[in-house]
Amino acid sequence: MVENRPWANLIAHIVLISGVALVAFPVYVAIVASTHSLSGLLQGTLPLLPGGHGIENYTRMWQAGVSNAGAPPAALMLWNSFIMAMAITVGKLSISLLSAFAIVYFRFRFRMFFFWVIFVTLMLPVEVRIIPTFQVVADLKMLNSFAGLSIPLIASATATFLFRQFFMTIPEEMLEAARVDGAGPLKFFKDILMPLSVTNIAALFVIMFIYGWNQYLWPLIITTDPDYYTIVMGIQRMTSEENPQWQLVMAAVVMAALPPVLVILFMQRLFVKGLTETEK
Amino acid sequence: MQTKRMTYPGRFLPYALLAPQVIVTLIFFIWPAGQALYQSLLREDAFGLKTTFVGFENFVRLFRDGSYLNSLSVTAVFAVGTTLLSMTMALLLASTVNRMIRSRSTYTTLLVWPYAIAPALAGVLWWFIFNPSIGIVPYMLEMVGYRWNHRNSGSDAMLLVIFAAAWKQISYNFLFFLAGLQSIPQSLIEAASIDGASPTKRFWTIIFPLLTPTTFFLLVVNVVYAMFDTFAIIHSTTAGGPAQATNILVYKVYADGFVGLNLGSSAAQSVILMVIVVALTMIQFRFIERRVNY
Repeated sequence: MVENRPWANLIAHIVLISGVALVAFPVYVAIVASTHSLSGLLQGTLPLLPGGHGIENYTRMWQAGVSNAGAPPAALMLWNSFIMAMAITVGKLSISLLSAFAIVYFRFRFRMFFFWVIFVTLMLPVEVRIIPTFQVVADLKMLNSFAGLSIPLIASATATFLFRQFFMTIPEEMLEAARVDGAGPLKFFKDILMPLSVTNIAALFVIMFIYGWNQYLWPLIITTDPDYYTIVMGIQRMTSEENPQWQLVMAAVVMAALPPVLVILFMQRLFVKGLTETEK
Repeated sequence: MQTKRMTYPGRFLPYALLAPQVIVTLIFFIWPAGQALYQSLLREDAFGLKTTFVGFENFVRLFRDGSYLNSLSVTAVFAVGTTLLSMTMALLLASTVNRMIRSRSTYTTLLVWPYAIAPALAGVLWWFIFNPSIGIVPYMLEMVGYRWNHRNSGSDAMLLVIFAAAWKQISYNFLFFLAGLQSIPQSLIEAASIDGASPTKRFWTIIFPLLTPTTFFLLVVNVVYAMFDTFAIIHSTTAGGPAQATNILVYKVYADGFVGLNLGSSAAQSVILMVIVVALTMIQFRFIERRVNY
């Protein structure tokens, strides 16, 4: 900053530390709650320091779940979440790369038409057309399956546009050189475009993985078989009970939040790049 | 729309490359949207045996229905509350972080991670700390003489969902404000301080006006977020209650269709929501095209 004012700096640090504390507070409470026994939590008010039942709660949630609330073991739900998130991410990235390649490097009839068909997906979030989409998936017999969990969510206008923007910035000479050397379209895609797009793919991967992992409404309505429950929606089964077992709920919340939070913390640069570019 | 100067010739290949994306879009986006349009013009009897074509009657009924009008105003309060709270907090934090030099990246890391937490989990977390019988915040509020109960009080419930939704969105807004702040030329701020402008004055006369493009962009994004991405927060906490005090539009579409099985009305609500999304997306694109400045 322009001038040096020790007082202003002190105030700034106080503002930021309270901001960080405020942002972290709900998660801190969850971590603390997951280390107490249920009776410890129900005794009047919530304790603010960790208790001694942490290992017990996490093992129980991981191995057994809360069967009377219809929540399978967390290990299973985390695995399902992982499969769904990966399927959505890989699906979105591959079909978007292919369509961006087609739109940028080919001239064909109805190009604009296809462009608009893809663009429309931007305007129709699942929440808005939930019932007819459910009916389509039910008619296709895709309820209670990983295909049903992931395929309806893999169309992506944002990823397609981002790759299109990026392909447009690749010098014309690349294609000219490749063609002079006799490379066909698929070889050009595989050996030149893909390696050049690695950073963009990685940045989008981070964003899409979080998007996939955090899906809620869609898994909630199309899975009735606990074998396909994902962790984010499985937690809802536990909280909608009459007397939720809060210590187990909070252990599950911590386990559900951990993977995407770790992804952001360790890939922060890619995450920021992905976030700012998908919104441009 | 442009392509490269030189392109590959292709009769079948481009279609094959586009096929997966287009097929998924047609089956799971366009077809259901068409179905919603079609069903919004029909009415089904109570047993689902007979459907009759009723034209725009579903829409007319909606706008005469008190609970739908209530849902519209609830959504407006929720969207405005979430957007203002989250953007104010984010702007405060971003402009403070921006004056730091050595600690900037540490604070940034400490503030961005809530983006990763699912809205459903954000709902559960806030539901828990505000729980009237075991939560920590009602306990503290009681000491200052306020009895918090989001199970009976509509305004308490609304505050709760606004807190949860705003909390989740702070890191997003923070990152965009920080990027906006960093693109403001340092020379402008130096010039102003040489002329004797105090930090507050510099903020309101230079920094804030130069941030308008970012602010407008975030306004639209946050309204879209509050209207459409917060289903999980409502569903995992208040379920629209008490007495429909938090029954926002996206939640009502689901509740009327899946729980109430009123397909015609739910489809009509879907169509109205689609119109709103299209309008908001258009606004967003216009802002991106010309990022206006003062």
